[in-house]
Amino acid sequence: MAHGPTFEPKNSVLKWTEERLPIFGLIHGSLGPGYPAPRNLNYWWNFGSLAGLCLVIQIITGIILAMHYTPHIDMAFDSVERITRDVNYGWLMRYMHTNGASMFFIAVYIHIFRGMYYGSYKAPREMLWMLGLVIMLLMMATAFMGYVLPWGQMSFWGATVITNFFSAFNDLYAGSGNGDGLGDMVVSLLLGGFSVDNPTLNRFYSLHYLLPFVITGVVILHIWALHIPGSNNPLGIDMKGKQDKIPFHPYYTAKDGFGVFVFLAIFAMVIFYAPDSMGHPDNYIPADPMVTPAHIVPEWYFLPFYTILKSFTIDFIITAKFWGVIAMFASIILLFFLPWLDSSKVRSAQFRPVFRFFFWVLLVDLVVLTWIGAKSADEIIFMDIQAVTIGQVATFWYFFHFFFLLPVLSRVEKTLPLPESIASAVIKDKA
Amino acid sequence: MLKAKTILVALTAVTTVAFGVGAAGDSIEMKKKEWQFDGPFGTFDRPAAQRGFQIFREVCSSCHSLKYFKFRNLSGLGYEDDMIKAFAAEYEVVDADPDEYGDEKIRKGEPKDAIPAPFANENAARASNGGAFPPDLSLITKARADGPNYLFSLMTGYVEAPVGTDVPEGMHYNKYFIGHNIAMASPLSDGIVTYEDGTPETLDQYAYDITNFLHYVAEPKLEERHALGLPVMMFLFFMIGVTYLVNRKIWKPVKEGKTLWHHGDD
Ligand code: HEC
Ligand code: HEM
Repeated sequence: MAHGPTFEPKNSVLKWTEERLPIFGLIHGSLGPGYPAPRNLNYWWNFGSLAGLCLVIQIITGIILAMHYTPHIDMAFDSVERITRDVNYGWLMRYMHTNGASMFFIAVYIHIFRGMYYGSYKAPREMLWMLGLVIMLLMMATAFMGYVLPWGQMSFWGATVITNFFSAFNDLYAGSGNGDGLGDMVVSLLLGGFSVDNPTLNRFYSLHYLLPFVITGVVILHIWALHIPGSNNPLGIDMKGKQDKIPFHPYYTAKDGFGVFVFLAIFAMVIFYAPDSMGHPDNYIPADPMVTPAHIVPEWYFLPFYTILKSFTIDFIITAKFWGVIAMFASIILLFFLPWLDSSKVRSAQFRPVFRFFFWVLLVDLVVLTWIGAKSADEIIFMDIQAVTIGQVATFWYFFHFFFLLPVLSRVEKTLPLPESIASAVIKDKA
Repeated sequence: MLKAKTILVALTAVTTVAFGVGAAGDSIEMKKKEWQFDGPFGTFDRPAAQRGFQIFREVCSSCHSLKYFKFRNLSGLGYEDDMIKAFAAEYEVVDADPDEYGDEKIRKGEPKDAIPAPFANENAARASNGGAFPPDLSLITKARADGPNYLFSLMTGYVEAPVGTDVPEGMHYNKYFIGHNIAMASPLSDGIVTYEDGTPETLDQYAYDITNFLHYVAEPKLEERHALGLPVMMFLFFMIGVTYLVNRKIWKPVKEGKTLWHHGDD
């Protein structure tokens, strides 16, 4: 379906090359004039290319940082300080990389919500959607391990708290109780020992360097899968004829170009004027295994999942801790089943008023989960209500939305009539 | 244009949430000072930071180290090379390499050195401070929420403990310290350091000056960052304008409803 004209170079060198390796044709057909795109994509469609830009920025700044960074518990913190103080433009590289991770998550989260709103996960784009989720999981692993590298207090204690949750796997196989249970094995595999220490730092560094290239590979698959059906669009209906389509270049290259500069301007404002605003002050204190920070919090983009992890407080068949771990993984894994949990044939929320309402409720729910994630469980939010209680309600709603509301809703809702074609809906009558 | 606006609002909302949760902090209301280094054009108040350096040498350095701060970094505060050499030479440091007999080599400080730490190690520091450890201050304004205001508040926060509170032996009551009982006695008080430039020798002035100095130590590239930020932002805003206009021009035929795909049989 998404096929345009083939690329026929006139220049003899290009022609020679193209006959042996059809790389120009590939570019022409995937990002150039040969790729047909719907004529009505809105600005929410910019975030895919912005996520790609973030990945490139992270890789470039990361490789430069790696030239000066020392992965040893006695030197890591010093080496990061040395980068910001003594390496030419080292401060810029570091602030770009730390804030770049946040910008990457902002772009990808918006990109995912775009897909949820317009039903981009539905047939025939299920594979595309699932590859996107694989990217998100890999990003989370990469960011989690990257945060450990500066070896500050939050690096150390964040890693300690999160990896400790994996000891819950002892519920499945406890062993003799002397540290040979399944959970103990998982933890020592992650840490390279019994606690977060030099082997942990070294394996996290090794993997933190590797995973972005794995992500790059999956992004290529993701874009490949995109080019089979082509892009979805705000109306959620298929492209039918010539008048529905426009060539990707120059229309979407120009639009993506504009988006890139808006995004970079926001990014630059953070880097130059508030570079520490998304970080935690405790990470400017060198890691100290003997001193526990008053309040251990992960980076903001993990907070919703952290809240889900901490929301289980009662042992029931298995320990509360294990429920938390299962729920945290389930909250992401369930998204792989979204194309089947939501069986409505209509893609776009524009034509699904009830679905649309609950989409926004879910978004609010995630804001609540994020907000609660930064609080300690017993903090009083208002009246007598503790943070953990609000977190539990929000966690319940999250699963309720996906496991109950969506399957039921998609079977019973009355959708609005779909337009005849993209062109007929978006081209105003000029007569 | 309406859509662009929605995106902007959404982005602001997302960033506000992101920033808001990062700032989740303590409930003690800190004193808020106006700092010359704040804001997009902020620069260091050099005279204040120089006086702060004097305070550090005369007061704080007897208990606190400043390991990431080298004498050569003083050039950023407006000191000339020969003055920096002179400051460094006031100290004796242990060279990294032994002398020809393999013994410890003591030499005069050089610009590449840090101010020598007052204690050989953490145990020695604790032994001299009633069990408490005076932390390295190189990053102190970044290692506390709202660091500069916190440091200023801490320095000026030694007040009479409220009646009924019990301040343990060897501890001192400070309004702004977590838990209020701090092992450091008020290091500053009116008149404790003699200024040569006629600046008032008051506690508030000292606190202001030491904060300016320690913020320079924590974030020495602040001025370079602000200076680079301006042209970068100007370039990006210019490019936003250019790409906006180019984009609008390119999209005109699409908005007019023209058919622009001319391939294939559909
Ligand atoms: C007599 C030794 C001594 C001197 C002089 C001294 N300090 Fe301290 N300082 C300490 C000790 C001990 C602590 C640890 C306090 C604690 O943990 O209770 C400390 C802690 C601190 C802290 C950390 C507070 C926190 O939030 O954890 C700061 C900031 C500080 N000092 C600043 C200064 C400054 C600025 C000066 C110079 C004006 C100074 N100190 C002079 C002994 C000293
Ligand atoms: C490194 C991270 C990612 C990169 C670089 C990336 C890149 C892209 C690009 C360039 C596009 C085409 C432009 C667009 O439609 O926005 C796209 C489309 C898409 N992406 Fe991603 N993506 C990433 C992560 C994800 C994630 C985590 C998901 C969701 C789980 C996802 C789901 C989708 C979907 C469903 C589409 C098709 C959109 C449509 O046609 O409506 N992507 N991606």
